[in-house]
Amino acid sequence: MQAARKLSKFLKPYWHWAILAPLTMILEVSMDLMQPRFLQRIIDDGIAQANMTVVTHTGILMAVFAVIGLGGGVGCTIFAVLAAQGSGADLRSTLFAKVQTLSFGNLDKLETGKLITRLTNDVNQAQELVMILLRIMVRVPLLLIGSLIMGILTSPQLALLFVVLIPVTLVALIWIINKSFPMFSQVQARLDALNTVMQENLAGVRVIKAFVRAKHEIQRFSRTNDHLMEQNITAVRTVAVTMPFMMLALNIGVVAALWIGGVSVKAGGMQVGQVIAFINYLMQTLMSLMMVSMLTMRVARAEASAQRIFEVLDSEPEIKNRPDALANFSGRGRVSFENVSFSYSGDSHEPVLKQLDFVAEPGQTIAFLGATGSGKSTLINLIPRFYDVTGGRVTIDNVDLRDLDEQTLRSKIGVALRESVLFTGTIRDNIRYGRPDASEEEVLAAAKMAQAHDFISHFPEGYDAIVGQRGVNLSGGQKQRIAIARALLTQPDVLILDDSTSAVDVETEAKIQAALAQLRQGRTSFVVAQRISTVLTADKILVLDDGRIVGEGDHHTLLAGNPIYREIYESQMDTGATNHG
Amino acid sequence: MAEANQNQGATNREQVTPDLPPILGRGGPGGMRMPGKIERPKDTRSTLLRLWGYLKLQKRALIATALIVAITTVLNLLGPYLLGLAIDRYILPGDLPGLARISLVMLGAYAATSLLTWWQTYIMAGAAQRTVRDLRNDLFEQMQTLSLRFFDQRAHGDLMSRLTNNVENINLVLSESATQLVSGLLSLVGVAGIMIWINPRLALITLLTTPLLMVLFTRWIGKRTRTGFREQQASLGKLNGIIEETVTGQRVVKAYSREQVALAEFDVANGALRRASTQAQIFAGFIGPLMNFISNLGLALVAGVGGWMVIRGMATVGTIASFINYSRQFGRPLNDIANLYNTIQAALAGAERVFEIIDEGSEMVDAPDAQVLPQIRGEVVFDDVSFAYDQNTPVLKHVNLHADPGQIIALVGPTGAGKTTIVNLLTRFYDIDSGRITIDGHDIRALKKDELRSQLGIVLQDTYLFSGSVMDNIRYGRLDATDEQAIAAAKLANADQFIHRLPQGYATPLSERGSNLSQGQRQLLAIARAILANPSILILDEATSSVDTRTEQHIQEAMLRLMTGRTSFVIAHRLSTIRNADQILVIDHGEIIERGTHEELLAAMGFYHHLYTSQFRANTKRLLLDEPEIDAAQVAAFGTVAV
Repeated sequence: MQAARKLSKFLKPYWHWAILAPLTMILEVSMDLMQPRFLQRIIDDGIAQANMTVVTHTGILMAVFAVIGLGGGVGCTIFAVLAAQGSGADLRSTLFAKVQTLSFGNLDKLETGKLITRLTNDVNQAQELVMILLRIMVRVPLLLIGSLIMGILTSPQLALLFVVLIPVTLVALIWIINKSFPMFSQVQARLDALNTVMQENLAGVRVIKAFVRAKHEIQRFSRTNDHLMEQNITAVRTVAVTMPFMMLALNIGVVAALWIGGVSVKAGGMQVGQVIAFINYLMQTLMSLMMVSMLTMRVARAEASAQRIFEVLDSEPEIKNRPDALANFSGRGRVSFENVSFSYSGDSHEPVLKQLDFVAEPGQTIAFLGATGSGKSTLINLIPRFYDVTGGRVTIDNVDLRDLDEQTLRSKIGVALRESVLFTGTIRDNIRYGRPDASEEEVLAAAKMAQAHDFISHFPEGYDAIVGQRGVNLSGGQKQRIAIARALLTQPDVLILDDSTSAVDVETEAKIQAALAQLRQGRTSFVVAQRISTVLTADKILVLDDGRIVGEGDHHTLLAGNPIYREIYESQMDTGATNHG
Repeated sequence: MAEANQNQGATNREQVTPDLPPILGRGGPGGMRMPGKIERPKDTRSTLLRLWGYLKLQKRALIATALIVAITTVLNLLGPYLLGLAIDRYILPGDLPGLARISLVMLGAYAATSLLTWWQTYIMAGAAQRTVRDLRNDLFEQMQTLSLRFFDQRAHGDLMSRLTNNVENINLVLSESATQLVSGLLSLVGVAGIMIWINPRLALITLLTTPLLMVLFTRWIGKRTRTGFREQQASLGKLNGIIEETVTGQRVVKAYSREQVALAEFDVANGALRRASTQAQIFAGFIGPLMNFISNLGLALVAGVGGWMVIRGMATVGTIASFINYSRQFGRPLNDIANLYNTIQAALAGAERVFEIIDEGSEMVDAPDAQVLPQIRGEVVFDDVSFAYDQNTPVLKHVNLHADPGQIIALVGPTGAGKTTIVNLLTRFYDIDSGRITIDGHDIRALKKDELRSQLGIVLQDTYLFSGSVMDNIRYGRLDATDEQAIAAAKLANADQFIHRLPQGYATPLSERGSNLSQGQRQLLAIARAILANPSILILDEATSSVDTRTEQHIQEAMLRLMTGRTSFVIAHRLSTIRNADQILVIDHGEIIERGTHEELLAAMGFYHHLYTSQFRANTKRLLLDEPEIDAAQVAAFGTVAV
């Protein structure tokens, strides 16, 4: 219920609806509770006394009460929906806004796929939780307590049946819930296993065909499938006991009431109408009990969703603006790393970067080279402050990045990452992403520089060609070039290319490099690359190994004096032959 | 179950959403179906017939269920009747022994009903689950026979949803809805009949009001909720699209400081969803109170009119008690059937989608007289081979090649030239359109596909690993290999070293798609797998992806070792591979435009020469810090606006 309480915060703006809903529900429930009472009056005071007026009047009264009850029910529905949808939309919006404030470190921990589930499925579940709480969770206990009271009022003698029936059904229900709950999570786990086999078969279809492993896979699937079936059967059969058992308990209660009532009627202690009314209340009590148990399971499921949502909402962005952060700042793009150390998970793990020192002067191009895992991309992620350093400091024009306003800093930096994410929309929109007000000429110029203009012009719609979700209709190299154009268009003081031409063929890459070289004045560039050809023209090449700088200088000095650099160079000159086939 | 049904009104109204709580027997991911999005089958009749083909296997369970459902329905009808009887015959006259007798009869009937209901669910659970399992197995087996062409054209998500959601819908209908429908229909007829039999006049009044109101209300609401839910579904889809895209690209959003824009876009869609679902949910929510109202109104009607009739001597008190139950028993199935209709329609549409895959044509079937391939030497000949993935765009045109046993053939050329296609044809992932491909003189179309492929070893660029241990993944190459053989293969593949550094060595479990290994390590595993398979002909797609220098050397060594003594086709990116090749085939636009050894081709000064030197020209130029020629105008254009 912890999460439910937190959820109630979101109900605050809708408190009037949230209060009106249970109130109107009370109206509906009390009208319902009166009906058996009227029935009793018709039988005992009307029919038994042959009093037609009582019969017709009470009959009409019942109809009127039914109408009032309908009003209450309709009102409750409207108010509950307004409250649930309003707070649900707010919750979703708050969550989405929260995600926007998270830093890269948070995003790494939370994982993209899971975040999406939270924003979609989990929010829907939480919304349903609010609906259940406002409508059914109010209605059922009211009905339960109301019928209990009305039952006792109708016949204190028969009400003794409650003492036996309620504990018996409660115990049975709790037993079933405890037993079936783990069974169904087991079903879910086996279903996941089945899906995994299926997914692997879809993704690895070539390997399976190549090694002629269809039979093997069919056996594997069939085994998993059988496991699922067995667990499903066990779970369903266990739960299958519930309904018949509950019905039996109810009906035994009915027969008992009928028998005790019959005896009392004969003894003159009770009237027939009383017996019939009591049976009604009895049913209602036990049915409500059953509903409560079912709802508990539903609430438990929604509760889990709500918890996942709050896990996101409660996470602190790792990077926040200082209150006195510098928002007005202009510089020339001198970047310096001073004794910088960094590790992804605080201090506990081995640092990824160890005591780095270097300076990039305005207009310089700095290239990073090194094996995978040597820390190149990590280093570059520190410059736009995607992560905060764990030790030392990074400065831009002698200001510590942490003293700068996040947006101000990023507006000075253009980044093209290896995995170039594009958004749905036209190619033009994507290039203009960082500067929506850029003119047509600027867009074209940026695209030409990035060597993207030619292939864009080949599309029938040109720059108006629609990029599908996540850029599905473009090749890797095309996406990378659009991403580069996007970075260029922001006219950044600092340009970062993180292995951003890896899918572009060598000749095109050379053209991009050349175009960039023309723009170097007044712009500091950082380039991460695997191919040595990419970094040849840099003013300074930093060779990284295991988080340390093990070589610094231009191509000629490094080739002459740095063994690691030479090793990389020679291996690539020997192996990195033809263009990408 | 006499009085039990009296309160179905109360139970009923909580089931506004079709999503039953799990206690009623549903696990699985189909649990969160969105209401309102109803798929409809195209050809109900033939789909039903197909499903019947599966159900037939569970005939005994089905017959038992049908019998039990019929019996319990009758018993359910008996309850209210006995109750009325008890009141009229025994309670009012004060006949206690008679009351005791009828109480016992009632107890017996109730006990039997409960027992039978449980039994029926028990039987049906088995039958439904077995049917669904068979369906899943068939679907999966069929998938194994489908051609690559099929997988190229289908989204994986779509296929997954057929296996999960659609099968789950069928499961739901088989285990619950079908019996509900049958018992509902039987109850309708039974209740109407018994009411008319007990008291025709009161029956007529009850039957004409309650069901009529119910039908009117449901139709009125149904129309509004359907459009409402459709709108809700549309705006939800749109919102989810925005969420997925933004969160996936969250790092770019941050890099360009576009958080505010993203949020504004989101809020618009969020508001639209809120409006649409508020409307839909309100109307859908009306069903509960309305059903409750109708049931209360029915109560008033039976009590009022019934009471009037009792006084006039046209009915008895017991009749009123019975009718109160019957009128509710009548209303409930009416409401249920409306809901069931949608569930069943969705399931049938799902079944249709499942059968669509099962009916899909299999990969080209082996010729009936297909030969078993003897141990091959590895002579491969392409004789005037042409091929097109789709009719309009030929991918390979009149390709001829001849590989002698043990030769290394390097395939070189730009992207889309057709290199991968040559490989796909040799493995018979696709069949050629014209010409022929022979291995040791056998036309591969005359061979058994599986036999052919088991003598080919393939190492693909995108190395696919399965969940399981490292050992399992190596053994995928030959399932009956001993641990020693697998380890020996790993050693040859230079994989042994890194495997030993893994937390559990060869027993280390690989997560889905082997994401806990680096790309280079995955390639080494794939090579080990191919070594273990010990094929006569080898097909390698060299990786272009960035792997660090040392791992790359390991890979290269392992590949060379693997190629020794086997006919090898390599889609080559590394100069060393190309230099070592016995034949280099330069492919462009689906044709072999040059062939020969490295030296021969260089001397010919053709396309290969250009490919080869362009790499070095670019490098040399920049070594001399030469500025390559670029379009000066375009830089100027950018320079004026940007710099």
